[in-house]
Amino acid sequence: MVEDRTLSGRLFVAVNYTLLTIIALVTVLPFIHVVAGSFTTNAEIAAKKFVLIPTVWSLEAYKFIFSTDTIFRALSVSVGVTMIGTLLSMFVTSLMAYGLSRRDLDGRNVIMFLVVFTMLFSGGMIPTFLVVKELGLIDSYAALILPSAIGAFNMIILKNFFQNIPEGLEESAKIDGCNDFGILFRIVLPLSLPSIATISLFYAVTYWNTYLSAILYLNDSQMWPIQVLLRQIVVLASGMDYSSNLDSAVPPPDQSVKMAVIVVATLPILLVYPFLQKHFAKGAMLGSIKG
Amino acid sequence: MEETVISRQVTKTQPAWRKRFWRNKLLYLMIVPGIIYFLIFKYIPMFGLVISFQDYKPFKGILGSEWVGFKHFERLFTEPDFWNILSNTLLLFGMNLLFYFPIPIILALMLNEVRITFFKRFFQTLVYLPHFMSWVIIVSISYVMLTMDGGIVNELLVQLGFSKINFLLSPEWFRPTYIIQVIWREAGWGTIIYLAAIAAVDPQLYEAARMDGAGRLRQVWHITLPAIRSVIIVLLILKIGDVLELGFEHVYLLLNSMNRDVAEIIDTYVYTAGLRQMQFSYSAAVGFFKSLVGLVLVMLANHLSKKMGEEGIY
Repeated sequence: MVEDRTLSGRLFVAVNYTLLTIIALVTVLPFIHVVAGSFTTNAEIAAKKFVLIPTVWSLEAYKFIFSTDTIFRALSVSVGVTMIGTLLSMFVTSLMAYGLSRRDLDGRNVIMFLVVFTMLFSGGMIPTFLVVKELGLIDSYAALILPSAIGAFNMIILKNFFQNIPEGLEESAKIDGCNDFGILFRIVLPLSLPSIATISLFYAVTYWNTYLSAILYLNDSQMWPIQVLLRQIVVLASGMDYSSNLDSAVPPPDQSVKMAVIVVATLPILLVYPFLQKHFAKGAMLGSIKG
Repeated sequence: MEETVISRQVTKTQPAWRKRFWRNKLLYLMIVPGIIYFLIFKYIPMFGLVISFQDYKPFKGILGSEWVGFKHFERLFTEPDFWNILSNTLLLFGMNLLFYFPIPIILALMLNEVRITFFKRFFQTLVYLPHFMSWVIIVSISYVMLTMDGGIVNELLVQLGFSKINFLLSPEWFRPTYIIQVIWREAGWGTIIYLAAIAAVDPQLYEAARMDGAGRLRQVWHITLPAIRSVIIVLLILKIGDVLELGFEHVYLLLNSMNRDVAEIIDTYVYTAGLRQMQFSYSAAVGFFKSLVGLVLVMLANHLSKKMGEEGIY
C-alpha cells in the first residue's frame, strides 16, 4: 500500500505510532520493574522506587527463597503437572479431534453438539467437586489434570485444522495399508505442527497457571503448586502460612523476595513464549470465529 | 457349520450404517477417551445439579438424600446477601462490556494502520504476553506495585504531593483495580481475532475509497469497521454468554474482608457457601441459577443478532 504523504496523513501516522508505543511500554514496564526488583536489594527498591535497571545487583532474594525446599518442591509439582498434563491432554485431544474431523463418521454432529453444549452450560463448581471427590481424586495430582484434560475450544480448533488437510493424502495412505492411527500419527500430526505447537502451549500455560483446582482439591500444603504458594507469599503477605514452613520468627517477606517469587512463577512461560509466539495468530484464528 | 451360515446371512442384511461403523471402528476407538472425559467431568456434574433440589448429605449420596423441592431457590431469592452479590456481579459485567470490550477493537484498528512489519510484530509480542500470566501473577505484580509500604504507585502519589491510597483494602478502589487488571491482561490478546478479520478485507475497497478522496480515518469508519461488524457481534454474544463468568480466580484473589461488600460475586459466593461452609445443596442451587442465566442470555443474544441480519454463533 502506498503511504499517505499529505500532512493529515503524516500526523495520523505519528500519533498512531506514539500511542501504540506508549501502550506497549505500559504493558511491559510492570514486568520489567518486578524482574529488576528481584535482582537487587530491598534498600535499593526503597531508595530508587521504580527500578528498571538495578545499580546494585544482588541475588540475595533468590538465595533466600531457595534457602528452604518449599519453593523448590512447589516448582517441581508445577513442572511435573505441566509436563504430564500437557502430554495427556494433547494425546486425548488430538485423538478426539481427528476422529471428529472425518466426515464419514456417523454421529459426529451429535457428539460435536454435546461438546459445544458444555461451553454454554455447566454443572458448576459444587457438582464437579463432588464428582472429583467420588472418584477419590482429592489430594492427588490427578485432580489437577483429569478434570481439565480436554478443553472444548482447543479440541474444536484442532478438529477444524485437521479438516482442512486434503482428503487425498489420507486416501493414498490408506491404499498403502495405513490404518486410521497410522494416518493420524504419521501424516496428519506432522502436517499440523503449527497448531499442535499452539494448542500445546495453551495447555501448558493452563497447567502451569493451575490455581483453582489446587485450592479446591488439595488440602495438603506440601502438594501445592507454585501459583498457590505465590499467593500465600505475595497476596496474603501476612507471612503466616509461609513462615510456618520456614522459621516461625521470620518477618513478612521483603519486596525483593516477593518479586523473586513472582519471577520464578513466571519464568517458564517467559522461556517458551518467544519460540511459540510466531504460531499464535495462525493457530488461534483457526475455527475460533466459525466454531 | 450352521453357525457360519447364519452369521453370513446377518452380514448380508447389515444396514449401511452398521457397515460404516465397523469400517470406522478405529475412529470410534479414538474418540472414546474424549467422550468418557466429557461424560464424567461435564455431563455427570450437570445431572449432579439435582442436589440443588435435595438436602444433600455427603455420606448419604444423591440417591439417599432427602428431596426438598425449591427450598434452596426460595432461600436464594429471599437472601439479602444474594441480591447484593448479583448486583456486584452485574456491575462488574457492565464495566467489562463498557470499558474492556471496545479496547481490542480500537487497538486492532490502530495496529492495522501500522505499515512497518517489525514494529507490528514487536508490539504484538509485547501486548500478548500478559495473557499467558496467571491471575495470581497479575494480581501479585499489582500487589507489589500498589502496596502501602514501598509500592511504586503510592511512592509516586507521595512525590506528587498526594496522600497514599490503600488500593487493595478500600472498597471504592476494588472495581477500578479489577477492570484495569482485566484490560492489562487481555486487551492485547483480544486483538488477534479482529486483526485476522481485518486482514481478510479486500484491499480494492481501500483503493476505491482513496480514489473517492477518503482519508485514513474515513477508510476505517466506512470500510474496516463495517467489514468486521459480524466478528464484533459474534464476540459480543460470546461475552454476553459469559455474563456471570467473571473469573473466580481473579476476584477471589482480590477479595478481602474490607472490600467484601463490593467484591463478592456469584462464583466466590458459591465457593464460600459450598466448600467452606459445606452448604452443598444451597450453593449448587446458586451455581445452577448462574448457569441458566448464562445459557438464556447467549440464546437471547444469538436470536437478536439473527434478527439484525447477522449470522450468530449457531
